[in-house]
Amino acid sequence: MDSIGVLMACPMNSYLEQQLDKRFKLFRFWTVPDKSLFLASNKDSIQAVVGNASAGADAELVEALPKLEIVASFSVGLDKIDLAKCKEKGIRVTNTPDVLTEDVADLAIGLMLAVLRKLCESDRYVRSGKWKKGDYVLTTKFTGKEVGIIGLGRIGMAIAKRAEAFSCPISYYSRTKKPEINYKYYPSVVELAAHCDILVVACPLTKETHHIVNRDVINALGPKGVLINIGRGPHVDEPELVSALVEHRLGGAGLDVFENEPYVPEELFGLDNVVLLPHVGSGTVETREAMADLVIGNLEAHFQKKPLLTPVV
Amino acid sequence: MESQPPEERSQQRSKGLPQVLVMKPPPLLTLFEDKFISSKFQLLKAWESTLPLDQFLTTYAGSVRAVLCSGATPITPRIIRLLPSLQLVVTDSAGVNHIDLNECRRRGIAVTNAAGVFSDDAADAAVGLLIDVLRKISVADRFVRHGLWPAKGDYPLGFKLGGKRVGIVGLGSIGSAVAKRLEAFGCTVLYNSRKPKPWVPYPFYSNVHELAADSDVLIVCCGLTAETRHMINRRVMVALGKQGIIINVARGAIIDEKEMVECLAHGEIGGAGLDVFENEPNVPKQLLELDNVVLSPHRAVFTPEGFMAACDLVVANLEAFFQDKPLLSPLIHE
Repeated sequence: MDSIGVLMACPMNSYLEQQLDKRFKLFRFWTVPDKSLFLASNKDSIQAVVGNASAGADAELVEALPKLEIVASFSVGLDKIDLAKCKEKGIRVTNTPDVLTEDVADLAIGLMLAVLRKLCESDRYVRSGKWKKGDYVLTTKFTGKEVGIIGLGRIGMAIAKRAEAFSCPISYYSRTKKPEINYKYYPSVVELAAHCDILVVACPLTKETHHIVNRDVINALGPKGVLINIGRGPHVDEPELVSALVEHRLGGAGLDVFENEPYVPEELFGLDNVVLLPHVGSGTVETREAMADLVIGNLEAHFQKKPLLTPVV
Repeated sequence: MESQPPEERSQQRSKGLPQVLVMKPPPLLTLFEDKFISSKFQLLKAWESTLPLDQFLTTYAGSVRAVLCSGATPITPRIIRLLPSLQLVVTDSAGVNHIDLNECRRRGIAVTNAAGVFSDDAADAAVGLLIDVLRKISVADRFVRHGLWPAKGDYPLGFKLGGKRVGIVGLGSIGSAVAKRLEAFGCTVLYNSRKPKPWVPYPFYSNVHELAADSDVLIVCCGLTAETRHMINRRVMVALGKQGIIINVARGAIIDEKEMVECLAHGEIGGAGLDVFENEPNVPKQLLELDNVVLSPHRAVFTPEGFMAACDLVVANLEAFFQDKPLLSPLIHE
């Protein structure tokens, strides 16, 4: 298979890169000085694209690669891939569901605890050398807080299961109510926000869910409410979020994703009630290896004309 | 010169109420003073006097039957000797390592602690610290705040929590709460305790060294006693291994801190999340330079809900005592 051209959209994982290099003819898109020139010269050699949460296969790229057969994403999110275009052209699309569910859910709970119990702030405080006896700072109890989940898919359900172990009552918003689920359903995100203490974004990013957390939702969540985003930056109206936090209209936020990564609004850097992470939701050694194996497995299956492991289209 | 002694002042406020000695105000009292206004007792506030403590006790505390203490005001044999009428020690904490239990037992002095009211918060903090260490939350937050993400690109990978074997040292109220939470994350729970608890579903290990050898993580949730002092020593830490993580929300002295710092600095263990230290508020300087540790200034139980519940329990114990009713959370001597 080493004559099959695979275009890797951006650096994402050295193990994956090595494996792709070993098995296919690998083109590293980020090393190319002139992207349009590169595409024009190599368009007939590229049969597969490997993308991730940062870069995938938009309509322009798909149009530029007439021999493209498959897009394999090193992510579960598909918002960087033009699915309609792929479907139209008969291009297969795969992602990496399930293997990262637990890590993302773990991180969501980790962010809740870090924000409510001020763990990062405590760590900064001790490292500053300023700890003296008699400094009493109370933080917010996590056990028993009402957790509202936007999107009750695999990741949303895993977050619910974990939060329940802390006796947190669970409520959710979803496109449709799930009758087999015992959690309280709200037909709108604003109502969900009004009734919970901690709101978590766990749905896919689509045209419909862009800015699903907007000013109204943030106001409903309120000065004691906490927003956790482990979805995609564009789920949240970021300038609204920043002003709400700075003006104390929102109690706190734990954010793993941002609208314009790797740029994070600097107004957030001085706040004690936020925790800011560089998109590490699935970022463990174990899970990234499992994700890489899925990408390779899907590509090999396709080119060996076997059933795809985790097809989306 | 001594202006009106506190004893007289308070007697004028509420004549005839039995007194509860407080040597220094515990955080509960400082933060929620109104909760301690009772029709059953009044506080004898030793810290408001200019007299040295021993002299104050001899002069004013001769008939005091109850004392409210905390970690900052240990109940030593010397203090007990100066309180000939003492019948009850009430502490604001779950821990009782600052109380000479043998001397209390000898004198027939009952002891109550704040058992149970802090367990959720302590367990939440323990789990929070563990996720933080494994997933590098605090250090990645620093990375972002220092503007390093655009410059340095992707952050180094952390480690998965699911599937980890977690050894709980001390399966009391706090240890059990930790176990319940971690099961939901897909961890395998093991434990060591003074005695096995046949009704729990987790495998029992009779000593901490064996527990460590079979675990990826150790979470310290036991009380500090003569037996548990420095129980987590170098041998235990080496058994835990180079990827091993230690979380301590109990008492600093359960771990040999000097050895732990060496083990962390030399990669003999993988990381640590620490809410307590041997000599608070002093923290070994080498820890401040490490990225694989998360540090917290003994705040695991500092929530308004936890504190209010502790206040209620402390006041309830005192009121029960002065009405000759059964204490709510007496320490049972095993």
